[in-house]
Amino acid sequence: MGWYKRRLAKSLWVFHVSGSPCNNCDIEILDLLTPKYDVERFGIKLVGSVRHADVLLVTGVFNQKIAPRIKRIYEQAPKPIFVVAIGTCTSGTCCFKDSYNIVPDREAVIPIDVYVPGCPPKPEAMIEAVAKLIGVLNG
Amino acid sequence: MTENKIPVGPFHPLLEEAEYFELKVEGEMVVDIDMEIGWMHRGHEFISESKAFTQSIYLVERICGICSTSHPLACVHAIEDIDNIEIPMRARYIRTLIGELERVHSHLLWLGLAGHFIGYDTLWMWAWKYREPVLEMFEAISGNRNHYGMMRVGGVAKDVESEKIPHLLQILDEIDRKMEMIAKAAHDDPVLKSRLKGVGVLKKADAIAYCAVGPTARASGLAIDVRKDEPSDAYDLVDFNIVVLPNGDVYDKLVVRLLEIIESNKIIRQCLEQLKTVPGPILNNVKEITPGEGIGRYEAPRGEVFHYIKSDGTNRPVRHKVRAPSYVNIPTFMASCKGIPVADALITLAAVDPCYCCTERALRVVNAGSEHLDLLALSRAKTEQLRREIYGK
Ligand code: SF4
Repeated sequence: MGWYKRRLAKSLWVFHVSGSPCNNCDIEILDLLTPKYDVERFGIKLVGSVRHADVLLVTGVFNQKIAPRIKRIYEQAPKPIFVVAIGTCTSGTCCFKDSYNIVPDREAVIPIDVYVPGCPPKPEAMIEAVAKLIGVLNG
Repeated sequence: MTENKIPVGPFHPLLEEAEYFELKVEGEMVVDIDMEIGWMHRGHEFISESKAFTQSIYLVERICGICSTSHPLACVHAIEDIDNIEIPMRARYIRTLIGELERVHSHLLWLGLAGHFIGYDTLWMWAWKYREPVLEMFEAISGNRNHYGMMRVGGVAKDVESEKIPHLLQILDEIDRKMEMIAKAAHDDPVLKSRLKGVGVLKKADAIAYCAVGPTARASGLAIDVRKDEPSDAYDLVDFNIVVLPNGDVYDKLVVRLLEIIESNKIIRQCLEQLKTVPGPILNNVKEITPGEGIGRYEAPRGEVFHYIKSDGTNRPVRHKVRAPSYVNIPTFMASCKGIPVADALITLAAVDPCYCCTERALRVVNAGSEHLDLLALSRAKTEQLRREIYGK
């Protein structure tokens, strides 16, 4: 299995799923692609279809309506796929704990490998998360 | 002829709403459009009713990440409206400063995405590159790139120290120069013009019928702007114009936003100059909110945002109602999307508001014959074709 994971660790392609966020985490993810941060130089690329992705970036608290969709996206993804949760929303519901519409346990929807807290996390923190993931994958 | 349907979505977050669009097409033409919202619903109004006023401000900031000042600002306006709370002069300038900075960053964000949708990735990279200095200014003022947490009932949370102002003005000069460059480049580009002119027209009568607000309305010749119509904060103390264009097509929406950035820069400069001298506290101490009702309005980058708050004398709102601008702008698609080619649909949908998740989600669209067609590629191919026609290569 080692070689299999290492093969992934060269250049990670990421797919971005938004599960009821406030958009801010999503903008910061897109910000990573633009000239100031430019993650493409590390081989990290945002792709248009989950079927091409190695990493899923999820944001938001997952409301009842979107949770089945997220689950379906996860099921469609080729395995192994690594899930990075961006933002306090996904890590700890942010200020939406009392909402009637969110799923109480996001790990029950999809398994999450890395959490990046922050509201929104700085782009540097997101890069670090993915870099750490690469480090772990390389053993 | 059988009716074909193109689903777009469901991931498509604009403000708190994510939509699912269904375009009904006949051949190349869109004949009808349907939409479904609710993917982003998190129950803000309900949660707000169980929070104290100060916590509500924090909460409504998280309705939308792009206009994360408009909602708190409208919310504090509503709370202040209950008791007619006065706010100090310095706080008024700071509020306006933050509001306008946000407009600049939001319009740049939209501009970049609009470029991306029609295959102008250079425009995307440019616009977002020059958006970074704006975020830097935010970081210098509030300590955070987004979600500034600056608004309080009776003032603002943080002062803009006078030592920082020369540095901020310097960044602003830089932004000004770049904006003029982008505005000129976008204005002179024949491809952009022929790609966007006459596309997705929203007529003035339709804009009125659908109650459009913000740049969407102003590009259709409707001169409505809360900043002028009901000036609050420092808007009656600064000098600026509202931009109104007559045609209602995507090109006019683009130009309206570009010119608004330049106007906003003017306001920001005036505010910073004033903040050098205007003395005073930045926060009035508000002890309690009496029972009553209040409404707050503010011109967000996308149009008027409206908050209604009812208080019963405790420290929490009994009712908190929010109306965001996109909620009224989205139905204008009914008018602007009918009878246009599918290749223009994406940019017309995007012209009202940024929709980046659309980029990912609109990639694979399936028609009833279950062939795949790529909406983004379609949109880009049309730009490319026009470019060839214009430059002959
Ligand atoms: S963590 Fe904060 S910034 Fe990110 S989606 Fe949630 S509320 Fe928005």
